[in-house]
Amino acid sequence: MTSSTQSAPVASLNIAEEHKAALTPGQLVWRRFRKHRMALMGGIGTVLLLLFIIGGSIIIPESKANEADLKSRLAAPTSQHWFGTDSVGRDVFNRIIYGGQISLFIGVLAVVMEISLGTLIGGIAAYYGGWVDSVLMRFTEAMIAIPSLFLLIVLAKFIGRHVGQVVILGRTFSGSIGIVILVIGLTSWMYLARIVRANVLSLKELDYISASKALGSSDTRIFFSHLIPNTLGPIIVSATLGLAGAILTEAYVSFLGLGVQQPTSTWGNMMQQAQSFLIRGAWWMWVFPSLFIVFIILCINLLGDGLRDAFDPRSSRHL
Amino acid sequence: MWSYLVRRLLQAFFTLFIITMLCFLLTHYSSDPMSQYATKQGMTAADRENLRHSLGLDQPIPVQYIKWLGLALQGNLGSSFFSHQPVLKMIQQRLPMTLILMVTAEVFIIIISLILGLVAAIKQYSFTDNLITSLSFIGYSMPIFFIALGCIELFAVQFKLWGLPYLPTGADIWSPKDPVQMIRHLILPVFCLVAIITAGYSRFLRSSILEVLGLDYVRTARAKGLTEKVTLYKHALRNAILPFVTIVGLDIPGLLGGALVTESVFSWPGMGRLFWEYAERGDYPVVLGVLLLTSAGVVFFTIVVDLAYTVIDPRIRLG
Repeated sequence: MTSSTQSAPVASLNIAEEHKAALTPGQLVWRRFRKHRMALMGGIGTVLLLLFIIGGSIIIPESKANEADLKSRLAAPTSQHWFGTDSVGRDVFNRIIYGGQISLFIGVLAVVMEISLGTLIGGIAAYYGGWVDSVLMRFTEAMIAIPSLFLLIVLAKFIGRHVGQVVILGRTFSGSIGIVILVIGLTSWMYLARIVRANVLSLKELDYISASKALGSSDTRIFFSHLIPNTLGPIIVSATLGLAGAILTEAYVSFLGLGVQQPTSTWGNMMQQAQSFLIRGAWWMWVFPSLFIVFIILCINLLGDGLRDAFDPRSSRHL
Repeated sequence: MWSYLVRRLLQAFFTLFIITMLCFLLTHYSSDPMSQYATKQGMTAADRENLRHSLGLDQPIPVQYIKWLGLALQGNLGSSFFSHQPVLKMIQQRLPMTLILMVTAEVFIIIISLILGLVAAIKQYSFTDNLITSLSFIGYSMPIFFIALGCIELFAVQFKLWGLPYLPTGADIWSPKDPVQMIRHLILPVFCLVAIITAGYSRFLRSSILEVLGLDYVRTARAKGLTEKVTLYKHALRNAILPFVTIVGLDIPGLLGGALVTESVFSWPGMGRLFWEYAERGDYPVVLGVLLLTSAGVVFFTIVVDLAYTVIDPRIRLG
């Protein structure tokens, strides 16, 4: 209690009640989220990792990450190369910094794509109903039925026949980055589409939608300013958990050699490269990138779990 | 009930139709099987054209699709471009190996995750619960190749160096006919699959058991003096296990597709590797065959799970 409210106890109780009533849904979510210690730790871990890969790239220039020193190939971790060197003598520590940027970049863009596709397809199916709904949902089911890794491989080969190099912000990237983003985005929207559909189906029967229709709002307006904002909770949760999923998928795709091509590094293709040197005992080549993958996915999953509980009003008793 | 079944079957049929179209388009545009021969000695461009013509690859895609679909409906999935064996025969050869791996893994997965989920839920917030929950969270965030490479490094590479009895890496040649060799080769991939999948399952079971334990009817059961054992196993578990049945049921057809990454890392001659090897070469009859069979399995099992639900849970009536 602050000194400004030094009045009768009854008055201060009223103030407290007024304060409670004034909480917005967003504040309620934040309040529940704050109590979730693991989720907060996940959030802090994510921020630390972001600082590491962004700060690292300010201190260490990109040329260092691609600099091959054939004299010190497959060198175990030393004070000079903290995480050792790979098969052509590149520093694993530096490559983790730059690889992490690419992995996260792919993850974020793939999730943006996943969210847009899932929201649009699920929302349109529910809003228009009828045969539109049937066709879109059968398509969604078809995509779910095909085992995801099989779909990823076929799609990666489908899109990836001709790739060149892309220059973004003065840095040259293998065009395969775009393919990986497309492939992950195109194969991950289905579950969100179902969630959004279910949500919109129940929302569109509510009175405020009828009111909005009676006032002459266009379908687009009802869709984007009434229906979608009310589905934001599940969308945010899916986006967070989807980011973890996308980073993991990138690792799988790259591990199979269909992902981002050398010399651009990602955590996934560093592991793929390491696989051939496994028998020769170069453990540092795969242990460090995988630790980073596990760490970031763990943090994001914790964050997503906390958000899910925070957005679910029924979950308060578990906290 | 019957009208529901008919409707579901019609929907499933439509979904399967979309799957065949999607897979056909993706595989046919994804790679050119003739590119294999581009550098082959003594093969001219005219030879390649003749071969393309004799395989029917020069016809328009819709014509090829209808021809393929017609044959597929009669149970003929065509022959591989390279091994010239019928696709169905190739799948028949690989399926038993995949089933050995996946069924063994699945049995362990179900038993272990049931035990872990139960223990964690009963002893909520205890040290055991925290340990199980943290480990399953880590396992859930881990790409399977991380644990696979780790196992090879430890049990195959290092154990051999230390002179201990070691397990095979998967790089050697072995005969599946010898049961001793089979078991030796089975241990590591099964362990990896169990570790990763159990993590997700036990987390799921823990939360569904906890949810049921918080329900009123469980309190009633306790209040009327039932022992904790009876309350738990006869009342709570029956309901808590329902969503678990769905998840396991939907994962079963995935078993047919095998575990692509695990099979590749450990050189297990199953369906996943069959798919991967032939997808690399652009041999679409094989790729399509595997895709079609596994996705049809998923569609079929989705219906079976829905029907099974009415048996396990009499409250659910389909209509």
